[in-house]
Amino acid sequence: MMLELHKEKSTGAVRTVTIGATKDQGGTRARTLTLGGATALPFLDFEGTFPNPPALAIEIRDRKPDDWSPLLYQAWGEAMQDPADWARAAEAAGADLIYLGLSAAKDDGSPNDAVSARATARRVLEATGLPLAVVGPGQAGLDNELIVAVAEEAKGERLLIGICEDKNYRTIVAAALANDHLVQSKTPMDVNLSKQLVILIHDMGLPLDRIVMDPTTGALGYGIEYGYSVMERLRLAALQGDSMTQQPMLVNPGEEAWKVKESKVGEGVPAVWGDWSRRALNWEALTASTLLNSGADLLVLRHPESLRRVRAVVQDLAAS
Amino acid sequence: MPLTGLEIYKLLPQTNCKECGFPTCLAFAMKLAAKQAELKGCPYVSEESKAKLEAASSPPIRLVQVAGDEQKLEVGNETVLFRHEKTFYHRPGVFLHLRDTEAVETLKRRVTEAEAFQVDYVGIRLGLDGFLVEAASGAEAAFAAAVGAVRAASKKPLILMASTPVLARAGLQGCAGTRPLLHAATAENAAAMAEIAKAAKVPLVARAETLEALSELTAVLTAAGVEDIVLDPGMQGYRQSLHTLTHLRRLALRKNFRPLGFPIITFPGLGENVDEPLAAAEHIAKYAGFIVLESAEPAALYPLLVLRQNIYTDPQKPIQVQPGVYEINSPDGEAPVLVTTNFSITYFAVANEVEGAGWPAWLVVTDAEGMSVLTAWAAGKFDAERIAKSVKGFGVAEKVGHQRLIIPGQVAVLSGELEEELPGWQIMVGPREAVDIGAFLKTMWPNGK
Repeated sequence: MMLELHKEKSTGAVRTVTIGATKDQGGTRARTLTLGGATALPFLDFEGTFPNPPALAIEIRDRKPDDWSPLLYQAWGEAMQDPADWARAAEAAGADLIYLGLSAAKDDGSPNDAVSARATARRVLEATGLPLAVVGPGQAGLDNELIVAVAEEAKGERLLIGICEDKNYRTIVAAALANDHLVQSKTPMDVNLSKQLVILIHDMGLPLDRIVMDPTTGALGYGIEYGYSVMERLRLAALQGDSMTQQPMLVNPGEEAWKVKESKVGEGVPAVWGDWSRRALNWEALTASTLLNSGADLLVLRHPESLRRVRAVVQDLAAS
Repeated sequence: MPLTGLEIYKLLPQTNCKECGFPTCLAFAMKLAAKQAELKGCPYVSEESKAKLEAASSPPIRLVQVAGDEQKLEVGNETVLFRHEKTFYHRPGVFLHLRDTEAVETLKRRVTEAEAFQVDYVGIRLGLDGFLVEAASGAEAAFAAAVGAVRAASKKPLILMASTPVLARAGLQGCAGTRPLLHAATAENAAAMAEIAKAAKVPLVARAETLEALSELTAVLTAAGVEDIVLDPGMQGYRQSLHTLTHLRRLALRKNFRPLGFPIITFPGLGENVDEPLAAAEHIAKYAGFIVLESAEPAALYPLLVLRQNIYTDPQKPIQVQPGVYEINSPDGEAPVLVTTNFSITYFAVANEVEGAGWPAWLVVTDAEGMSVLTAWAAGKFDAERIAKSVKGFGVAEKVGHQRLIIPGQVAVLSGELEEELPGWQIMVGPREAVDIGAFLKTMWPNGK
């Protein structure tokens, strides 16, 4: 008996976006990272094409964070003391992109400033040939000050800069426009808000192939299902031809998964939760690998072991 | 093509006898149309109508039940490809793979350990659903002994994995009074296995390497009178299993293809170089009915069971947190009191920020019918009256030596009204976003750090 399988036909595709510029392209990156291009739901290569498998980024910080899980300090060790070392370690761990977060304060406790942000970005660019994302600490005024400085410092590198949110995107978009960068457009788990912010950013003149959409995820156990379904709906809309949902999707399972008690701490939690280190790594890797199925094009991770495990999944899923 | 509720109604007796369990024939017809009921429920439907309805009336993915001495499990009867279209109904059963080549004492110990794994997730108790016992030795006596050992230590449902009819009988003999799943009928042993499953009244797994072979096999089993079938398409690797599971779900739902309209059993830990937790996670998100694990290690089982809970949450009924006063970081009488709603994500956002910032605090979770702060406020479910009722009802005044209450910045407008509802209390307007709570407390709370 011959079975007639059901195949979906798409009328749209995910937009292709390239982060980073090589020397020929006006930057200094050893390679670039292209996201998107899918013409079907994730990994269903019997009914569509996937020119670019999902990419994996490692998040680093300009200074060693004081509130991360001890497991992450163990994983990166001394490298966390210096963003250049950390970037090199992340590259060695197999990252496709370095996702650099700027802190609100400097080591001496004074507010971070443009001079320091520029210097950090420069050092990281020199330490690694990978494409780079740089985001602010999440306070509108400071974000704008730091990201504008970084955008100028790295003019032509086609950084991914952010984070653009509905309340604060204009300055960052203007900096991307002026200095040939891309932006991360982040909205809180809602299909329409996602579209709306892409439209607003695009209306400022930034081409759509320079916008990466972050629909936001929750960690496993802490709202992942909301983000998961919003991503599925966005991707279905994109494949049906809804232009403003066709941006590649970035999500940050690393940040979310390492915030929760199940991964962050090993003491004062129920013994039945099992071995802390393995539980924590499962928390991050499961959050991330589940989001591959809902359409993530770029996953930001924190632990090198999670990157290794999720990479193995991607390689199998994307092998055709 | 599936019939509509009205089309089905025309074929029913239209006597509203209620024997199907629904108030009217029309209500029953609507349930049939939604594939949430079976025609068997109607004792009076004519043979002629029956024939017409049969094809359209039963669920596209059959509901299959297994049962142990005390616990039972139902899988299948799914109606959508994506959870946002409606919901996923029946969480896949998570089973632990055991083999009769292990000593009886070892088996008992492993079962007892796995039974002891019970973890609380937002008030829901999570644990394994049962055990698969494999006749790996090929010996009847060893298999029977292993089944006996597992049953002695667990009242959960079993899956019996037996490659021959002789072994299947040996295993089933030890399962009287329960309803295990028998694994597996293949093209070679289909007739004999079908007889055994029918005699023992147990569901039967059909195993074949391709979907074509699988559909031919289930046709044979159905013709032999086996109704409750589970599919084992013998998948390996993330890509192959994603494709196979997707094809099976689509054939059942989009094409109403009966021979493959059954739940699916998967073995994510079998095969070379597999990462069992990640493969199992894929099977949870994408359509498995039974997931058999090689390891029940809590550090992997806990996140997998949480993922299953999340994916199978009804998108229209968000998980709610029990209203009440929650203690964060062992608060005392001087600790701040914060108010929020009982939408789980709102609760987690606030609780995590307070906890992460290192503040001891009392968190008053108001019953806002599972809505977030702004939504609940707009819907009139998070107003001064409700907040005051919570503060009084949960005895907050007896827990603290001050009368200061912090409300979310999003509902600053409520502060005046709340001061009237709670005489003597000072209402402080907190930040709009949870992420700013730490900074807020630091500057605004008396004697802040």
